Amino acid sequence: MREISYSEAVKEAMTQVMREDNDVFIMGEDIGVYGGAFGVTSGMIDEFGPERVRITPISEAAISGCAVGSAMTGMRPILEIQFSDFVVIAMDNIVNQAAKMRYMFGGKAKVPMVVRLPAGSGAGFAAQHSQSLEAWMTHIPGLKVVQPSNAYDAKGLLKAAIKDDNPVLFYEHKMLYNLKGDVPEESYEIPLGVADIKREGKDITIIATGMMVNHAVEAAQQLEQEGIDVEVIDPRTLVPLDEKAILESVKKTGRVLVVYEAVKRGGFGTEIVSLIAESDAFDYLDAPILRLGGVEAPIPYNPKLEKAAIPQVSDIYQKCLELMNK
Amino acid sequence: MSNELLFQELGLDNQDLKKMLYDMILIRKFEETLKQLYQQGKIHGTMHLCIGQEATAVGACFPLNNEDKITSTHRGHGHSIAKGTDVKKMVAELFGKVTGHCKGKGGSMHIADMTVGNLGANGIVAAGLPLGVGAALTSKMKELGYVVLCFFGDGATNEGAFHESLNLASIWKLPVIFFCENNLYGMSGSITEMTNIESIAVRGSSYGIPSETINGNNILEVIKATQDAVERAKKGEGPTLIEAETYRWEGHSRSDARKYRTREEEKEWKKEKDPIEVFKEILISNNVINENEFIELNEKAQNQMKEAVEYAENSDDPSIDTLMTDIYA
Ligand SMILES: Cc1ncc(C[n+]2csc(CCOP(=O)(O)OP(=O)(O)O)c2C)c(N)n1
Repeated sequence: MREISYSEAVKEAMTQVMREDNDVFIMGEDIGVYGGAFGVTSGMIDEFGPERVRITPISEAAISGCAVGSAMTGMRPILEIQFSDFVVIAMDNIVNQAAKMRYMFGGKAKVPMVVRLPAGSGAGFAAQHSQSLEAWMTHIPGLKVVQPSNAYDAKGLLKAAIKDDNPVLFYEHKMLYNLKGDVPEESYEIPLGVADIKREGKDITIIATGMMVNHAVEAAQQLEQEGIDVEVIDPRTLVPLDEKAILESVKKTGRVLVVYEAVKRGGFGTEIVSLIAESDAFDYLDAPILRLGGVEAPIPYNPKLEKAAIPQVSDIYQKCLELMNK
Repeated sequence: MSNELLFQELGLDNQDLKKMLYDMILIRKFEETLKQLYQQGKIHGTMHLCIGQEATAVGACFPLNNEDKITSTHRGHGHSIAKGTDVKKMVAELFGKVTGHCKGKGGSMHIADMTVGNLGANGIVAAGLPLGVGAALTSKMKELGYVVLCFFGDGATNEGAFHESLNLASIWKLPVIFFCENNLYGMSGSITEMTNIESIAVRGSSYGIPSETINGNNILEVIKATQDAVERAKKGEGPTLIEAETYRWEGHSRSDARKYRTREEEKEWKKEKDPIEVFKEILISNNVINENEFIELNEKAQNQMKEAVEYAENSDDPSIDTLMTDIYA
């Protein structure tokens, strides 16, 4: 199969849907000749023109509201927020408008829009450009939240997100953009709400999200040398969440580590832990559930500190050893 | 007003004039040095250079004293230097060192120095404006008498925060100066594509704020406009909007191929409107400096940068324990 990067996969998904459906268009800052801050849309304006690859002023509040308004009235906008951190400026439109419309109007409106959000740390962009705020969004009924961890998933999930009739927040990790993977050229969808087992194992279940999925797989490979057989589950979408896949794996292994990049306190991993604790999978546990998340500090600039702020492969490895001894 | 008339009216002494020229040169050398270090892989992350915009930074800060405050932007190195922030500590911050202004935690986009009234650069476009309005509110409520100057770009004026800040400052008559460095572009969005108005200054008028457009590459014009604004603010007459037309020579940040503008346009600004050359000519024609002194100032600035880089390179990384410090007061 052909290998392309995560960012190319995202672009391919948008390009393919835009060829099929004239209602789909992209909006965002610098997405034209500049190609967006991370080059994801580069060249798209040449194919689709400035009407459908719509460069906006720096005005997140206006463009997010504009996306909601156009989605309510028949378009299917994809909004690129340059760095996911800036979504806070768009929050009213996402939380009070997009998420509520359908419900408030008794099912008489739909808001088919996707907000693409480059997130995560690792590039030295410091505290205002490195956050992982996806858990905030999962707290809001009416929104769907997607977090692909590789190129293949990114393409298939984005396609499903664009076709979905609800507002979908699509988190792309900036350190994954250059990561290559096998991606079929033809169009395909990965339904929202279906987890993927990235690696099968029988001793420990690691449930990891986003960038951490890749770290978890790497740690799992190392743990093999220790004779520990780790299963890695990637929920891929936080809302809807594939609870069944998670619980089945927990029942199979009896030991659980949850890993996520966002600040540990109040992160989405906490939700996964609660899910397990409240389910019948609880009876299968052989050890307390462990959590590994970002430290409770803003992301610092210094590269060593930045690395120390989020879970690394070695941390996951260590936690798994701990888990086996419990 | 002609340069000659302006020069006379401002009545600046030679020492001030030389200091300002030096600061402009230092900003240029700072940015050039940084660019090099970046290319050599000695600095990580990203950075936004302000080469070509030295006159706005130095000219706007000149009428301010140490108690007066500024808020700055992602393109903030020049503002910091002009306000008197220690260059050594700035470079150390860019290296992520513990001796840096933010102990290595902030980096290029977050340099702040409360001791000289530098309330900080900011990674969020237009975020400095409401903060500046708040600092001006403090000044008014506590009768502290200082003014606040908010730097921002043309792109920032399309954010809601810009509009809401202007309105608030206007109705409360706060001692704040909204200083727009219109360098013709947001990242890639040109001012003509992103706004449909003759000038940014008209936006001030619609909030009842006296506003004007000036040549931001002529430091004398910048000083004149800012001085007037400071005076109004200190008399309790409220905010002013200054739109200073200028140009950033480099790309938006390191990854910018500058496909959205022509090389001819860049050349024109570099050749004919270089703010340092413009100021140098004014000073030479008024016998404030000669060519030799100009060269000396350049060498001095180069040396200051060399020392700053050495200082930064010899500084330590912050220890890992500091990851969890300074989160709460
Ligand atoms: C709220 C927000 N939106 C977008 C960005 C990304 N961004 C950083 S600088 C910039 C351009 C700003 O243009 P302008 O205000 O004109 O300042 P200049 O870069 O020209 O100095 C953009 C889009 C950001 N940092 N914050």
